[in-house]
Amino acid sequence: MIDAINTSLFTPIGDDGLIGIYLILNGLKVTLIVTFFAMIMGSILGVTTTLMKMSSKWYLNWPANIYVSVIRGTPVVIQLVILYFIILASFDVNKITAAIIAFGLNSGAYISEIIRAGIQAVDKGQTEAARSLGLSQWATMKEVILPQAIKNILPSLGNEFIVLLKETAVIGFIGGVDLMRAGEIIRSRTFEDSIPLFTCALIYLFLTYIFTFMLSRFEKRLKQSD
Amino acid sequence: MIKITDLHKSFGDNQVLKGISEQINKGEVVSVIGPSGSGKSTFLRCINLLEQPTSGDIFIEGQSITAKDACIDKLRQKVGMVFQNFNLFPHKTVKQNITLAPVNLGLMTVSEANSEADVLLEQVGLKDKADAYPSSLSGGQKQRVAIARALAMKPELMLFDEPTSALDPEMVGDVLDVMKSLAQKGMTMVIVTHEMGFARDVSDRVIFMDGGVIVENSEPNALFSAPKESRTQEFLSKVLR
Repeated sequence: MIDAINTSLFTPIGDDGLIGIYLILNGLKVTLIVTFFAMIMGSILGVTTTLMKMSSKWYLNWPANIYVSVIRGTPVVIQLVILYFIILASFDVNKITAAIIAFGLNSGAYISEIIRAGIQAVDKGQTEAARSLGLSQWATMKEVILPQAIKNILPSLGNEFIVLLKETAVIGFIGGVDLMRAGEIIRSRTFEDSIPLFTCALIYLFLTYIFTFMLSRFEKRLKQSD
Repeated sequence: MIKITDLHKSFGDNQVLKGISEQINKGEVVSVIGPSGSGKSTFLRCINLLEQPTSGDIFIEGQSITAKDACIDKLRQKVGMVFQNFNLFPHKTVKQNITLAPVNLGLMTVSEANSEADVLLEQVGLKDKADAYPSSLSGGQKQRVAIARALAMKPELMLFDEPTSALDPEMVGDVLDVMKSLAQKGMTMVIVTHEMGFARDVSDRVIFMDGGVIVENSEPNALFSAPKESRTQEFLSKVLR
């Protein structure tokens, strides 16, 4: 056991003198960077897409609907590979940037669905009451619907971010070295299976646990304002 | 004050209103009664365009509200609506529920709206609930707040869509009392209701609807004591025991 840990994580592996733990930490950094920026890009895209979908103008809601259908209907791995090797092939884009764009695009579609569901879950009577008082559509949205929708949206949004963090584990498909890929490199060089894989799994678990914990604290605070 | 001519409303193939013509004068209190599915709520909801009529015209003080260029938000400011399910805003306090629309629409400053809210809450007997959230109120209290909220816009007409149907029986009286005093102050009111006693006491006129048309339309004593149409007699014999 101790030997396996030493071999996998703390002794140079291969001719280039790489050390396992160093690979893992670098991979973790890549995972976190991609997740963080994809989250931001996804949120912005998600809000934009929701607004476009709610529009009555076909040239706004059509593209939004197609975007969501395509993204939801194909695996994220294919989206990532197509984006990097085909769409961005002729541009000088590094792997991390490509991954951020791919996961941001992917997350945006799901986030727009989360926002839409959150808005639709608000009772129709709320809109009717606000409109019957003479409030405009926009004022109704801002003053009455969104403050209530946000409580439906935030828990699912947190969940989406956890899913996103785990889904970045396919960055290796375009040759990026994230946490998962770091584990795989160690495994292939040392022929140790358990230690690199469980190390990666534990780190993912730890990250999502922290995230879930922060979310539940946040939700409790929201509930207090009820 | 309101003139409705040949109002039709369909939901898909389902024809709910089949030609309603009616005139309601200023200060008049009109109750609309009838069995479920008779179209009485739809009729009421057409008056402030919560339902868009399929055909027909509605004029409020001579202005067509069904015209394409009609400003619906302006119209709705003059027409208060009270719903069966209250539809209070759960994330706002009682007072914020009342002040939201007048402040948002620039009709009052925050302090004007707040003192107006105090007056209205006094009027509906809920002055001590100003800073409570709707979730802490009983059904009867919620409905009285909803009435105060509608009155804050200083409407010229109030529409009530089965305001006591979702209430515990012991809460009904408080809400009806508020409506009664409103009627006595000369408010023009259209009330869809199952409270026959209330309709009889408070209304100037009662409309009996069935199957999307107005079957009978007369002053309350005549309609309740000596209904002319056989359909009205049948309905009343079932509900008045």
